[in-house]
Amino acid sequence: MVPFDFAYYRPQSIAEATALFTALERDGKRPLYYGGGTEIITLSRLNLVRTAAVIDIKAIPECRTLDVGNDSLVLGAALSLTELEEANLFPLLTKAAREVADRTARNQITLGGNICGQIFYRETALPLFVAEADVIIAGPYGIRQCRFNDWFHQQLQLGRGEFVVQFKVDRAATALPHFHRKRRKQGEVGYPLVTIAALKKDGTVRVALSGVCPFPFRSAEVEAHVNDRSRPVGERIQAAVDAFPRPILHDIEGSADYRLFVAAQLLEDMLRELGDGETV
Amino acid sequence: MEETTKRELVLHVNGERRSIVARQAETLLFVLRDGLGLTGAKPGCLNGDCGACTVLVDGTPIKSCMMLAIETVGKEITTIEGLDDAPIQHAFVRHFSFQCGYCTPGFIMNAHALIERHPNADEAAIQEWLESNICRCTSYQEIEAAVKEVLEAKKAAPTDP
Ligand SMILES: Cc1cc2nc3c(=O)[nH]c(=O)nc-3n(C[C@H](O)[C@H](O)[C@H](O)COP(=O)(O)OP(=O)(O)OC[C@H]3O[C@@H](n4cnc5c(N)ncnc54)[C@H](O)[C@@H]3O)c2cc1C
Repeated sequence: MVPFDFAYYRPQSIAEATALFTALERDGKRPLYYGGGTEIITLSRLNLVRTAAVIDIKAIPECRTLDVGNDSLVLGAALSLTELEEANLFPLLTKAAREVADRTARNQITLGGNICGQIFYRETALPLFVAEADVIIAGPYGIRQCRFNDWFHQQLQLGRGEFVVQFKVDRAATALPHFHRKRRKQGEVGYPLVTIAALKKDGTVRVALSGVCPFPFRSAEVEAHVNDRSRPVGERIQAAVDAFPRPILHDIEGSADYRLFVAAQLLEDMLRELGDGETV
Repeated sequence: MEETTKRELVLHVNGERRSIVARQAETLLFVLRDGLGLTGAKPGCLNGDCGACTVLVDGTPIKSCMMLAIETVGKEITTIEGLDDAPIQHAFVRHFSFQCGYCTPGFIMNAHALIERHPNADEAAIQEWLESNICRCTSYQEIEAAVKEVLEAKKAAPTDP
């Protein structure tokens, strides 16, 4: 139940969506773009979200694209996580998506919603970080394509009135050796203690984590330690963990120390599985 | 701009055309129960966790506590009231796959969709799908047995629903 009223709009084009946003914003409605709606509805019930208008982007064809081109894979922001899993065009993203929430919820949760939501795990961002994806963003001033990694600092840096239309992933990156693991406090459904996703390209490991900090991240410093073959694996991992951004999450799901312990174990598993753990 | 508040919605529920005036911000669960009198889908956590409110939208299981009714205009909604002698209903009775029964409509809708969509579902798929629903009386083993029985029967007689 949503304890306040809002108007629901379902534009058919990008231009219609951004024009609606501008008009609604001008009228003081504080509009929200609406993907699967799962977070908007559940947080509204708790009075953690408030709006007088939602703009559903699921009828915009570009947001529903699932296209394999010669060089790149185009993923619409309004595809559900289940649709991404079933298409399985980017196996590392499939693995990340299928660990989010539960199967029925994933029929509704969208890729764009998972990445732009307030619930800060945003686990499908990890494969996009390590695949060095591009993001296509639309707003009142037009459409821009940029590197996802450059525009994601704790969260995707969207201007007022902007929304994610698509992600573009280099097809070569989707075929690279990869590693994904999600560790929860208990059970098979739920938020992560630590989730790790990695790709290996030209002998170098790219790694991204969720659940360690109140935001997902990929860090050049962490990767430099992970890939520093001049040192034994144990030291590389310790240096990588020491270089994690702060703060480290410390809550009912897991203490900061325990999360770092789990993260170190997963880094070790990652190196071993990606064939880089000879001296583990 | 168009004002907020209520709007007339025409929904297709269990093969019938139902028209109802509802708030645009109203969830499908609330409209089904309080607007249309279909109280089979249950309010549980209202947070997308428990699955007691699961219904089918165009054959796909959806937690109706976190979908707006207005989003389902033009789609076919199936609630537990719309299942008529589905094999999974009988299997639940045979295996006594419930105690208090509160979670049962949600489990049945989800299991029914699994059986219809993936008649060849393997162990992992069954587990993945059933994890979307919570039973506090813990009939999990009996529920799983019911689902497996229907899948087996379907495999043995593929044309017989
Ligand atoms: C039951 C449940 C379990 C969950 N478990 C996990 C989990 O294990 N791991 C995890 O990472 N997350 C988890 N989440 C979080 C979930 O992925 C997010 O809440 C996500 O926002 C839901 O996606 P949605 O499409 O329904 O978003 P919506 O509710 O539609 O939107 C959420 C926010 O994102 C914005 N938004 C949506 N789409 C776009 C877009 N294309 N461009 C710009 N902004 C946009 C909206 O304006 C809104 O602010 C869970 C959520 C639920 C309800």
